[in-house]
Amino acid sequence: MSLLHVTIDGIPVDVEKGTTILQAAEKVGIQIPTLCYLKGLMPDGSCRICTVEIQSRGRSKMDTACSAHCSDGDVIFTESESVVKARRGILDMLLSNHPTNCFTCPSNGECKLQDLCYQYGVEKTSCPGEMTNLPVDDSNPFFTYDPKLCILCHRCVNTCHKIVGCGAIDTMERGFESVISPAFGMPWRESNCESCGNCTAVCPTGALTSKRKKTFRPWQIQKKVRTTCPHCAVGCQYDLLVKDNKVVAVEAADGPSNRNTLCVKGRYGSFDFVHSDRRLTDPLIKDRSTGEFRKASWDEALDLVATKFKAIKQEHGNGALAGFACSRSTNEDIYMLQKMVRTCFGNHNTDNCARV
Amino acid sequence: MLDPSYFAAADGFIARYGKKSSSIIPVLEDIQEEYRYIPRELLTYVADQLGVKESKAYSIATFYKNFSFEPKGKYVIKVCDGTACHVRHSAPILAAIQKELGLDGSKHTSDDMLFTVETVSCLGACGLAPTLTVNDEVHPKMTPEKAIGLIQDLRGDEA
Amino acid sequence: MIKICDNAALDLRRADARKALESYECRILVCAGTGCIASGSQVIADTMRELCKELPNVTVECSGHVPHIGVAQTGCQGLCELGPLVRIEPWHYQYVKVKPEDCAEIVEQSVLQGKPVERLFYRDQKDQLCPKPEDIPFLAKQTRIVLEHCGNIDAVSLDEYIAVGGYEALSKALFQMDPDQVVDEIDRSGLRGRGGGGFKAGTKWKQVAAHKDADVKYVVCNGDEGDPGAFMDGSVMEGDPYKLIEGMTLAGYAVGATEGYIYVRAEYPNSVARLHYAIAQAEEAGLLGDDILGSGVSFHLHVNRGAGAFVCGEGSALTASIEGNRGMPRTKPPRTVDQGLWERPTVLNNVETYANVPDIVLKGSDWFHTIGTENSPGTKTFSVTGSIANTGLIEVPMGTTLREIVYDIGGGIKGGGNFKAVQIGGPSGGCLTKEHLDVGLDFDSVKKYDAIVGSGGLVVMDEHTCMVEVARFFMSFTQRESCGKCSPCRIGTKRMLEILERIVAGKGTMEDLDKLEEIAKFVQKNSLCGLGKSAPLPVISTLKRFREEYKEHITIKKCAAHVCEALKLYKIDQEKCIGCTKCARNCPVDAITGSVKKPHAILVNKCIKCGTCLSGCPVGAVHIE
Repeated sequence: MSLLHVTIDGIPVDVEKGTTILQAAEKVGIQIPTLCYLKGLMPDGSCRICTVEIQSRGRSKMDTACSAHCSDGDVIFTESESVVKARRGILDMLLSNHPTNCFTCPSNGECKLQDLCYQYGVEKTSCPGEMTNLPVDDSNPFFTYDPKLCILCHRCVNTCHKIVGCGAIDTMERGFESVISPAFGMPWRESNCESCGNCTAVCPTGALTSKRKKTFRPWQIQKKVRTTCPHCAVGCQYDLLVKDNKVVAVEAADGPSNRNTLCVKGRYGSFDFVHSDRRLTDPLIKDRSTGEFRKASWDEALDLVATKFKAIKQEHGNGALAGFACSRSTNEDIYMLQKMVRTCFGNHNTDNCARV
Repeated sequence: MLDPSYFAAADGFIARYGKKSSSIIPVLEDIQEEYRYIPRELLTYVADQLGVKESKAYSIATFYKNFSFEPKGKYVIKVCDGTACHVRHSAPILAAIQKELGLDGSKHTSDDMLFTVETVSCLGACGLAPTLTVNDEVHPKMTPEKAIGLIQDLRGDEA
Repeated sequence: MIKICDNAALDLRRADARKALESYECRILVCAGTGCIASGSQVIADTMRELCKELPNVTVECSGHVPHIGVAQTGCQGLCELGPLVRIEPWHYQYVKVKPEDCAEIVEQSVLQGKPVERLFYRDQKDQLCPKPEDIPFLAKQTRIVLEHCGNIDAVSLDEYIAVGGYEALSKALFQMDPDQVVDEIDRSGLRGRGGGGFKAGTKWKQVAAHKDADVKYVVCNGDEGDPGAFMDGSVMEGDPYKLIEGMTLAGYAVGATEGYIYVRAEYPNSVARLHYAIAQAEEAGLLGDDILGSGVSFHLHVNRGAGAFVCGEGSALTASIEGNRGMPRTKPPRTVDQGLWERPTVLNNVETYANVPDIVLKGSDWFHTIGTENSPGTKTFSVTGSIANTGLIEVPMGTTLREIVYDIGGGIKGGGNFKAVQIGGPSGGCLTKEHLDVGLDFDSVKKYDAIVGSGGLVVMDEHTCMVEVARFFMSFTQRESCGKCSPCRIGTKRMLEILERIVAGKGTMEDLDKLEEIAKFVQKNSLCGLGKSAPLPVISTLKRFREEYKEHITIKKCAAHVCEALKLYKIDQEKCIGCTKCARNCPVDAITGSVKKPHAILVNKCIKCGTCLSGCPVGAVHIE
């Protein structure tokens, strides 16, 4: 197929037919701001912030980069005067229905709306008016929903329906009264929401925020450690967020099996044990005389277990032993366990409790 | 708990349009027409039957203005506030009706459940502006006085 | 009904139907348009039937015995305000404002003796009697193609439609033209979409026809005529449903679509009922469904009712609604012609566009070009309403001037007042003023003046109309109907409405005016869909043409048309005032001046319209202007 030649901010780029301007810009390292765009889905096109100027066949027009396809010969400007004017207008509008008490907002410092207003110099709205005034829904145990902070980018809804497939929430009512909520406006907890929290992860503002966020500020995160979720065998990739040498939250990563999504267990319940004072850090062997556990070395502990296995096998035969792996183990660990059962125990009595 | 007859009626409407997600709007229209509102349990039931998520069903039902979750009165009066009616002074007619029935911008149905008053953008009878409809029957060339007379007549029919 | 199996059978059926029509001794045509039904035409039709049944040696409707009399309920005859309208054929008497008690006289005089009942004739502005439709300027100056049958035949009778030439076009297409020839004919005709944008129908059809490998294609009709003040499409759907059905069937054949949908707005119950009936009739007669006229071509039609959302008039919102979703527009591409309904290639036109198709196919594109202007051939229907002498439904060639419509056809301003403006194209359109009276209305000319032909709503306004209030009215409509998807329209229309509400309440500032204009242009440029982009047009055009009126509202708190409640002026009648000074003493803001025993006056700029002076004046000298 012949390629289309377009120019973005003076940089020529060749793209295939059907490529959006946003994709073409990404190809040459030009970042166009987005709010509602979700990679991999049909463009929502609702926020309009990715508006760019396109000169095509002697005519100049404005269109959204997420949805407009490149056509041959297009000359595209992503930060021209009219583009900046349009973006400032959009931010001005959004800000007219968005409280600016950023100091107390859990998303302060990682709010896309805040970043864009800063970038385009929109300090406050020029057209104040009626604002959405709906109560906060704090019913979900893991996250909080504040409709006043919602800019109706629909990222949460699109994620819930088209990526997660749960469909617990949707856009209700219409026009200025539009609001994201579960059916019948019922409290979040009473809906069929599975609390996976993928909606909170994609929310560009503080409308949907994890309750954990109250324990840290985004800039306090010293490092992010990429790891595999230990909860089940799917192997979701995520980053542990570390503050003061402690894991305070996780962030989904683009792993081959999870593509930036997580489940409720992975997102909220798979790392608190790390800093638990009841966590085992050494092998323990029960002292037969006192009935209490005592610390032991790995060698001593493994020797003891191996001896007991052998004894059982000797006394009762191969079939007396079985190996059962915890679903929190990694695939590699589970592989090793079944290998041991089949070669050392000499039977096929092995399984795993992963039944999620 | 909703009377089982409601669910049976819903099954009938579903059968009329087919058990598919695209039937949701016509089915809800029939329910609205039959009961003058959409009982919540019925919306959940219909959504489930048609394979539509409950949240999406509610989203659809709140998008279109003909659907109501509050029971409407026996007589639904729609006062046209289309352009033609507006320039021929439809606003005082609405005000007069609301006053007569003790209603306002937020209360649309009279306490005796006889009347629901709404505005509508155009009824397509612009030549006879200002107009209103009572249960889809168009009444032309209205005045506040005529409108109140109409309500009194309807009340009389009930008595 | 007997199925019409082939072309020859259709010809036979037509001959029979014509014979039946001609064999009537007399036909009583009672208008059954929404307007006339509202005025009570159903009772008229029923009364006429009853009266005729009682006549000796007469049968009502065709039954093979002579003499017989037909009572037909027709589509809109046009003069909605003078309804119920009744026409008596073959004498061609046009009666207006017929009451049930007039029926007996009509039967006695006209039906039985062919004599006129003069008191029921229309009187023109010079008080001249107009016995026949062609004597009435309102009707005489029109060119009716789309509305050709409205008022002349029984709206739901398939046989009458066939008798007057219905389905000749379809039979010509099916048996003498291949699908591409039909597409070419429409393309050459230059027919432009009558729904608003004026996009060429032929271009759309070509693009859909080009998808040769699609498993299924759709023909969709937009009958969601949501513009407040427009009822043309409704009149066609209820007045000549078969014409629409034939036009859509032709479109289906031309582009290779086998399924069609008509999306009718919820407020048109008559249209829905008659379309359902007509579709069933056409299917039974073998003119719709499988193997139409034995040609092997199939086309099925479905009717979808809207559920109350103006935005569903937008193409992608309309198809989303048929699919069972919220009617929200989406970004393009993909375009409807490539991926429309259920992501299949879809032809989407409005009612009036399809209603033009049978005539173009039958008479050819050259004939179509003889009507209208070069780039906007054909006619356009308008619903003319507001402060005009004759309100109603009209059809005129494209390029007809506003003056001809308002004065020649419409009979000028109601009550002899002065013309101020017309709002054209509904809430997505703009206003035209005196200076545009001689502009020929077509798609391109109107656009030059910040307005659109739109679907054809024409609301005439006289000097008692406040243009700021009109802008507020339209903005409140678009704000209420905004789907809320994109931020410019969702928030922008709200902010514009808030500003307009401040201005009509006398609380606006000059900064508000600048802001209003700024937001209007912003929303126009940045909204997602066509409706959002055009939502600010009423504001933009009134700001341009009536800026002084806005300024008066803001600076001297004056509404010259005396419409804006909050701006009504308190005045003291200089003759009546006795100079008792009571009002001046009671005025909380010292807005009243005057010395003892001399007439007082109210300072307009200071007055807060609290009404203290009015209620306190012992001689009733204070009044509101």
